[in-house]
Amino acid sequence: MTALTDDTVPMTPRAMRDEMIVFAVMALLLASVPFTGVYPFFVMQALCFALLACAFNLLIGYGGLLSFGHAMFMGTAGYCSAHALKVWALPPELGILVGIAAAFGLSLITGFISIRRQGIYFSMITLALSQLLYFIYLQAPFTHGEDGIQGIPQGHMFGVLDLSKPTVLYYVVLVGFLAGFLLIYRIINSPFGEVLKSIRENEPRAISLGYRTDQYKFLAFVLSGTLAGFAGALKVFVAQNASLTDVHWTMSGEVVLMTLVGGLGTIFGPVVGAFAIIAMQQYLAGFGQWVTVIQGSIFVICVLTFRRGVVGEVAHYFRRSL
Amino acid sequence: MQALYAQLLVGLINGSFYALLSLGLAVIFGMLNIINFAHGALYMMGAFVAYFLLNLGGINYWWALLLAPIIVGIFGMILERTMLQWLTGLDHLYGLLLTFGIALIVQGVFQNYFGSSGMPYAIPDQLKGGMNLGFMFLPVYRGWVVIFSLVVCIATWFLIEKTRLGAYLRAATENPTLVRAFGINVPRMITLTYGLGVGLAALAGVLSAPINQVRPLMGADLIIVVFAVVVIGGMGSIMGSIITGFALGVIEGLTKYFYPEASNTVVFVLMVLVLLVKPTGLTGRAA
Repeated sequence: MTALTDDTVPMTPRAMRDEMIVFAVMALLLASVPFTGVYPFFVMQALCFALLACAFNLLIGYGGLLSFGHAMFMGTAGYCSAHALKVWALPPELGILVGIAAAFGLSLITGFISIRRQGIYFSMITLALSQLLYFIYLQAPFTHGEDGIQGIPQGHMFGVLDLSKPTVLYYVVLVGFLAGFLLIYRIINSPFGEVLKSIRENEPRAISLGYRTDQYKFLAFVLSGTLAGFAGALKVFVAQNASLTDVHWTMSGEVVLMTLVGGLGTIFGPVVGAFAIIAMQQYLAGFGQWVTVIQGSIFVICVLTFRRGVVGEVAHYFRRSL
Repeated sequence: MQALYAQLLVGLINGSFYALLSLGLAVIFGMLNIINFAHGALYMMGAFVAYFLLNLGGINYWWALLLAPIIVGIFGMILERTMLQWLTGLDHLYGLLLTFGIALIVQGVFQNYFGSSGMPYAIPDQLKGGMNLGFMFLPVYRGWVVIFSLVVCIATWFLIEKTRLGAYLRAATENPTLVRAFGINVPRMITLTYGLGVGLAALAGVLSAPINQVRPLMGADLIIVVFAVVVIGGMGSIMGSIITGFALGVIEGLTKYFYPEASNTVVFVLMVLVLLVKPTGLTGRAA
């Protein structure tokens, strides 16, 4: 079996410097969005999905585990945050924490179950678990079924930041995204991340070297699920609703698509992919179901001709890791 | 009691579809090492081809039962030749992603032209009406679906486990290079296997057309349940897929009677339980 990513460039000080430069450029560009007249809602939405895709990428790109149910973490955190904000009237920071805690709990349970099988079975199990959760949310009273939780108050974060102002909300979401991104970057380059990559490349060898690979994969799953939950909790403030769409398998498929387009196992790929796919949906919204057809075609084209993704191709061309 | 028997029958019918679909998935996985995410979409295509044959060509159900699997099977073989075969040697996950993309395309195209609502397909005259079995009323068509699916499943099992062609197939699953050395055209066998698996899905689609309506998304949710069935049963054994498929259908039917709220989720819950108790699945080989 060939590995998912064929360019394993060793981590050198120069590679680290390149990545920090790209990160700084990205942060500056994103921070200047409110001054450019770009519709902030679009960028905020893309940032939430970018964080979700980065969390997903932690699992597939560095652990080799394709989860086809990542929307369940986003959706669960969204529902729980929304409920905490609206019904319990908690302040935003606690609402986010409730969402993260819910995603953490869910990833403990689903990770424990799905890690028991590998490869293709793992994907099918995560998909089935997310469908199970979809039906539970469809029937559970607190999610309000097809309507979802609507009209969620945005409130004042830490008592001072008025999240109903678009610019304030934008910077809060941006800071959340950048923090999540840096955390994932830190995880990837930690000793834990290195072991994870070795499991992806050759699991039997990692086992023979004495690593308990199941525990590493489980921890990666929990980290990824919890971060996906963070993205879901942030998205509640942007969309001001939590609905069944966020837990449906089509959403999980979109996350996979974003990461694939940007580049599996690249650091910046999921961000590029998320912006590309969200922009595409925005511009093609009038074409109805043809959007699905286009998304399917992108899947097919990416898998057949473009497996490194946008960022992966660029990195390969310059022989860098990005 | 009437209601219980009725739900059992519904369960057996769903079980027939689970069995036909998971059988096809298992056969395809054995040869191509691909989990065919497009299986649900191709099942839907089978139903639509039957619908077109009847409404555009005036070709009746019985011919559709033969023609739809062949037409969809040929479509599948074209997919295999033009796309899937390029994935040989790559990680399994790419097969899943590619077929997921194909499923989106096929479902999206049908949704564009037919919306999300269903279209009726009449039960053929010969199978209309019902029989009184004494303890329950059995609609003839529903009985026919169960028996016919069972026959097709067992025929497929016989083809793969007991015939010379099946022996080649199983050998090529174990060691394609060696089988090629004996002068057998393995790539062609792979294409035909994919056609066979897809044909089974299309057949299930035709069978379901008169019961469930013909809808573009009829396969989308079904395929996820079938994945759970496959995780429970494992893809190592043909007979295992058939038995698990029917058994889960029956369990789902019973749940509809005793605790309807859980009927959507019971297969997934069972999957979780099986994974906790016996992680390799019921029929055993580790993946």
